[in-house]
Amino acid sequence: MAFDQQQKRDFKVVGTRPVRPDGIDKVTGRAMYGADLSAPGMLVARVLRSPHAHAKIVKIDISKAEGLPGVKAIVTSADLGRPEDEALRDTQDNCLAYDKVLYDGHPVAAVAATTPEAAKAALAAIEVTYEKLPHVTDVDAAMKAGAPVVLDGRAYEEVPAGWSQNVTNHCEFGHGDLEAGFAKADLILERSFKTEATHQGYIEPHACLASVGPDGRGELWCCTQGQYMVRETCAGILEMDASQLKVTPSEIGGGFGGKTTVFIEPVALALSRKAGRPVKLVMTRDEVFRASGPTIQSSTDVKIGMTRDGRITAAEATLRYSGGCYPNMTCMMGAQAAFAAYDLDAVRTYGWNALTNRPKEISYRAPGAPTAIYAVENVLDEMCQELGLDPIDVRLTNAADKGTKSSYGVTFQDIGLKTALEAAKAHPHYSAPLGPNQGRGLSCGFWFNFGGNSSVTLSVNTDGTVNVTEGNPDIGGSRASISMIAAEELGIPYEHVRTLVADTASIGHSDTTDGSRVTFMVGLATIKAAREATQKMCARAAAIWGIEPDAVEWIDGAAQPAGPNAGKFPPMSLAEIAATSLKTGGPIAGHCESTADGAGVSFGVHLCDIEVDPETGFTKVLRYTVVQDAGKAIHPDYVEGQMQGGAAQGIGWALNEEYIYGEDGLLQNPGFLDYRIPVASDLPPIDTVIVEVPNPGHPYGVRGVGETSIVPPLAAIANAVSRAAGVRLHELPMSPPKILKAVMAKG
Amino acid sequence: MKTLHVSTRVNGDETDFVCAPDETLLDALRNRIGLTGAKEGCGTGDCGACSVTLNGRLVCSCLVLAAEAEGAEIGTIEGLADGDKLHVLQQSFLDHAALQCGICTPGILVASKALLEKHPEPTDEEVRYWLAGNLCRCTGYDKIIRAVQDAAQKLRSA
Repeated sequence: MAFDQQQKRDFKVVGTRPVRPDGIDKVTGRAMYGADLSAPGMLVARVLRSPHAHAKIVKIDISKAEGLPGVKAIVTSADLGRPEDEALRDTQDNCLAYDKVLYDGHPVAAVAATTPEAAKAALAAIEVTYEKLPHVTDVDAAMKAGAPVVLDGRAYEEVPAGWSQNVTNHCEFGHGDLEAGFAKADLILERSFKTEATHQGYIEPHACLASVGPDGRGELWCCTQGQYMVRETCAGILEMDASQLKVTPSEIGGGFGGKTTVFIEPVALALSRKAGRPVKLVMTRDEVFRASGPTIQSSTDVKIGMTRDGRITAAEATLRYSGGCYPNMTCMMGAQAAFAAYDLDAVRTYGWNALTNRPKEISYRAPGAPTAIYAVENVLDEMCQELGLDPIDVRLTNAADKGTKSSYGVTFQDIGLKTALEAAKAHPHYSAPLGPNQGRGLSCGFWFNFGGNSSVTLSVNTDGTVNVTEGNPDIGGSRASISMIAAEELGIPYEHVRTLVADTASIGHSDTTDGSRVTFMVGLATIKAAREATQKMCARAAAIWGIEPDAVEWIDGAAQPAGPNAGKFPPMSLAEIAATSLKTGGPIAGHCESTADGAGVSFGVHLCDIEVDPETGFTKVLRYTVVQDAGKAIHPDYVEGQMQGGAAQGIGWALNEEYIYGEDGLLQNPGFLDYRIPVASDLPPIDTVIVEVPNPGHPYGVRGVGETSIVPPLAAIANAVSRAAGVRLHELPMSPPKILKAVMAKG
Repeated sequence: MKTLHVSTRVNGDETDFVCAPDETLLDALRNRIGLTGAKEGCGTGDCGACSVTLNGRLVCSCLVLAAEAEGAEIGTIEGLADGDKLHVLQQSFLDHAALQCGICTPGILVASKALLEKHPEPTDEEVRYWLAGNLCRCTGYDKIIRAVQDAAQKLRSA
């Protein structure tokens, strides 16, 4: 659909704010999450974890534990095969260590028993002989020659001289002549930054209930962002046919990217297979912190050249990411995102991944981007201060726009960055007065957004209501938006549609819920499925009227004769066609199983005011405003919710949250008391401004909105703190001791 | 391990269960009685997802021994609505879109009800400090505070 048509569309349901379909279950306690299901004869499982940061497993002796009362099965890596696929093997080894433990908390064995007490006693009776190895948990230390090597044989093919074999991935992006660009600059700044790993912090720990019968068929209930990903991974590890494993996604108590892989599911299935009984496995919070995916720890160098009037002449960044104990390419997304907001003639980014003795890094909302953009936006702010320029004006001068060739090679179509910057500038927040020890910061943010594969079946029921069956777990209100899209297309009330997220046997493959893709992609598939259904309904009406099918159009929820020769018939509603459908040709449904590009990138701008207490280094966030391009907000409440939730997570990352490893390589703060995520009293109201620059890749103009919002807070807060404290900080989190130290050093 | 027999009232209903001496009230509610509305987010009293009332007092049920519930009145999320009539707070959370994943919602609703019974007219800051023991990772709390305040206003004028 052409761009101009998008703007003219008069939406009836899209853009309204109905109550979400899963709401009642969630406010009454009826909603069923990962740990809420039980089965007759169920066993409970517990996992034995490494007490060391890095060690060789010499021997695992389960003989004593096996004989204890109530113990029904014990599994170790020896109970599993060795997958040929390297990535699958890494995932398996992360679930049950093979020959080495690679981090504090790495699973070594698991027990299924009749009671939690029996399982705990069995864990204590398993004897593991370790040979401790030297460890490394810091990204910069891990990259240096001579660092303890986390995994042998996984080094990048062209590791530079003087670097460690821990370096596993490299990428480079950019265009233009850097040297010539820097030569044109009036000011060149070069700064280095470090950020600590953070955790997604979903309140629901990983949980599952597995049941494998003697015929080898399996059923798995789990909290996941992708039931098909779980099925394929578990089937691969357990050497089952995918068709024989049915995975049902529970309600999910937060994911943020952290539930896009498996940690416990293959283990529970292996235990169930061995014991011949259902097995429930639920992680504790300590286990979630120690052994489920945190984000990357990063070390970043940024160099930017700028003219006196604020035009960026050249920009360069080197990003070093610790992806934990297995290789990954998150550095690629960081290197692509770093300068995406700007229209630059000369730009280059280099991304590196290094292995460390930390848990494997798993996606966390816009993986790779927040720390990269934090560094870039921090340098830009310092340049604005030094040149006496307005931070929004400088960003507007350099902002990417339609036709800009991005630093990662893509030429942007319609994008909303300038509109968002102008909205931020016009917002009363930007001109409000500041008091003593207060500072204002801002930052741009960016995320690619993904399309990918999804399946949707839209069934027209004989009573005139509609069911949408789809395969993407709802982590942010997507069932509401999908129902709204179906209602919009069909021209029926929202209340007549019910959207269900199905198990793997009930609908075709759908990629994991990630990349801010669901409202875009499943929404697109729903539109296509609805249009297939309306086409069928038009054909039924045509048959009833005795006219050609192409002489009937679907308008306002009814089949209507179209064109001068179609004849005059009163509109036939969906309910009327549905009521007779079984006698006019059979059940009516629309399907869409497809893949989509054109997700449409999303930009945001965050403004914040903070106050630093010079006596304690404590930072209070006083005011916060999020401006973001949603393309078209289907359900504005949940778009705002994504904007506010991402901002809160980013504020935590900036000020408080961090993985603290001791000299011994053990995680020192694996609990919500010591790893403190923002609580209600830490935050101000979070104001939101939804900007709508339609995405040309979607008939309604939708862009994903889930991830962009976590990107700007890191620099927005850092810039505000630096301005308030009168000294620039180059490390996250900016916890009170760090700020106090910087303030004292300044004198 | 010896089990204990506990007689209690849950959401107004006489309820008996057996439990281990070291079993938490949360585990007993979830695994013995089948009330899974209270959630375990941490098991250490830091997240508030397991919030219930014990003789009218707001507690983290993961920090209370099940045996301590002997003779007590326990209130859980399952008792918040009156039959098919939602509590004002529940309706307000729906109307204000004050939930996303929903895992913290039962605890936050139980805690909010306890707040409004004690302080029918709280300031925003009082709501934020009262709910500081209930972690929410999805919403940034903004819509939650609005929902609680709107419910408070409705309850006052009821």
